[in-house]
Amino acid sequence: MIRDSWRIVQLGLKSLMLHKLRSSLTTAGILFGVASVIAMLAVGEGASQEALEQYRDMGVTNVLVRSVKPEETQQTSSSMWSILDYGLTYAEADRIENLLPQATVVRVREVQRGVMRGEAFRVTVVVGTEPQFLDVSNMAVAEGRWLTDLDMLNQENVCVLGQSLARLLFPLENPIDKTILAGTDDRFRVVGVLAGQGRAAGPSGTTYDECVFVPMTSSRRRFGDTIRNLSTNRFELTELHEIKVKLSTSEEVENAANVLREMLRPAHATRGDYEVTVPLELLKQEEASKRMFNIVLAVIASISLLVGGIGIMNVMLATVTERTREIGIRRALGAKKKHIVQQFLVEAGVLSALGGIVGVGLGMVVPQLITYWFAQRTVVLVPHVMLAFCISAAVGVVFGIYPAWRAANMDPVEALRHE
Amino acid sequence: MDRSDRPIIAEFIDVHRHYLMGTNVVKALNGVSMQVHKSDYFAIMGRSGSGKSTMLNLLGCLDRPTSGSYMIGGRDVSKLNDDALSEVRGREIGFIFQSFNLIPQLTVLENLEVPLFYQGRVGAESRQKAEYLAERVGLGQRLEHRPLELSGGQQQRVAIARALMNDPLFLLADEATGNLDSNTEREILDLFDDLRRDGVTIVIVTHNQKVADRAERTLWLKDGQVERLVENRAAEVPQ
Repeated sequence: MIRDSWRIVQLGLKSLMLHKLRSSLTTAGILFGVASVIAMLAVGEGASQEALEQYRDMGVTNVLVRSVKPEETQQTSSSMWSILDYGLTYAEADRIENLLPQATVVRVREVQRGVMRGEAFRVTVVVGTEPQFLDVSNMAVAEGRWLTDLDMLNQENVCVLGQSLARLLFPLENPIDKTILAGTDDRFRVVGVLAGQGRAAGPSGTTYDECVFVPMTSSRRRFGDTIRNLSTNRFELTELHEIKVKLSTSEEVENAANVLREMLRPAHATRGDYEVTVPLELLKQEEASKRMFNIVLAVIASISLLVGGIGIMNVMLATVTERTREIGIRRALGAKKKHIVQQFLVEAGVLSALGGIVGVGLGMVVPQLITYWFAQRTVVLVPHVMLAFCISAAVGVVFGIYPAWRAANMDPVEALRHE
Repeated sequence: MDRSDRPIIAEFIDVHRHYLMGTNVVKALNGVSMQVHKSDYFAIMGRSGSGKSTMLNLLGCLDRPTSGSYMIGGRDVSKLNDDALSEVRGREIGFIFQSFNLIPQLTVLENLEVPLFYQGRVGAESRQKAEYLAERVGLGQRLEHRPLELSGGQQQRVAIARALMNDPLFLLADEATGNLDSNTEREILDLFDDLRRDGVTIVIVTHNQKVADRAERTLWLKDGQVERLVENRAAEVPQ
């Protein structure tokens, strides 16, 4: 049985070799179909995983309320010296704490400053925050310690450095207990260095790895609430840039988000200077959009494989016509209809499976290239590869059915007479 | 041994074959009866339009009679379905064609194995048999060649070997020498004589008098009917 099947496959290969160019062109249709399906799935999967991880990093039990700088109008920008007053306030943070007693509320201020240590200099963000920040943001300290309640109380001039900033400022020495200069005259003693945080970032967009963290109270006292924006040279009055609210379970998130939106709307209605970000909602949206993406992809894949399949059918019909005589000979020598069907089905199957195999190979390489060239994460999943390959083989068989049926139903007498 | 002592292996009993061409009925065969005995060398002759081709198709089980019976080895095959007819072709009949009809992409050996392949007989048995028969027709050294690398005469020898692969009841040759020059034709006819001495039954359809003259009997067809059946005394009855 196995030997028989192998012989039939061999025969198929031999017949396909009769027209190498034609066979390879037909195969190419399937090949590119399969390869593009695998590559697209890999890119989609990579992007989706990246997004999911990002939202997970933000914390699925968190609700983030951020200040948003309103669109500048002609009027407001007319004077360089007018102060742009927007965003969340300390009072609002206190109200949130009262409204959601079971939640942990963390206040965050972000101030842009040039940070210096010896020769090393970098313009970065000084994050003023509270001790619970570490827990709420899911971060960890690599060296030294984090900010404490005592630091807050005493308005200590201590700071914790993000990992890459620590490397930049202290390329050769241990940063702990060394002093850095922020701005022109604010000195902070380094008490700790954070572990690497990856892409996690605050409202300013600067990743936490490059930030300096100081106690909220110290930030307020040192920098004040009116901040000169270095890039626009405008004064901005913003008390808080972000309020992180951590709920104890993810079930409470939706309700808490609604409460926050309701609470903040009246004061900010006309300005629209805040946004409520719910990582859990984003996570769900991402999952939903991934489903949508998969549907779109399935449609594209079916179309490309359909095109490949039509190519196969076309070639098989040509083959059957060309080999009418051979069909007649085989019938005369005792081949039943089912033998002829089998022969041409196997041939079509081999044709598309070959395309499938090469397509799988190409489909595994292309994502690597995309990752290499575009720094875009790609993930090739085994089920996707199997799916693409099986579909390609099935396409060959399905589109081979009609040509094979035609071959089998030729009148042997006519077939033998065919020139 | 007298012919009447030998068993009848193929027999037409009042066979008709009518085709419908538009509204006209064309009576290609119109009541043909004949018998082929074992070890016969039987020629069927006639002008074009006499019903030769129809007769060939019916003899080869490629077609079914409109009425009448066709017995092969004592079994009526005139009402069999397509699969059963394929089976009969595969087991009982050895086809030899005017244009050889070897499968071009297969080697000589693979071509020889085709008939047994459809009976599920693959492997050592069919290989040995193919080698033996290739030797028998004088092509033992050409097993790995492709048909197009062989001369016409050699191709026809392969085809004859292929027709013998399934130990058929009879060989059915259609103008077997029509595409060959006269020397090669003589060689092939000599091979037929050879096979006949071994007891192989040969039915040959031809319009070539020279070919028919080597046969033991010649059936003349005219307008779909048997015109006459000629005994050719010059041909040796096999011993």
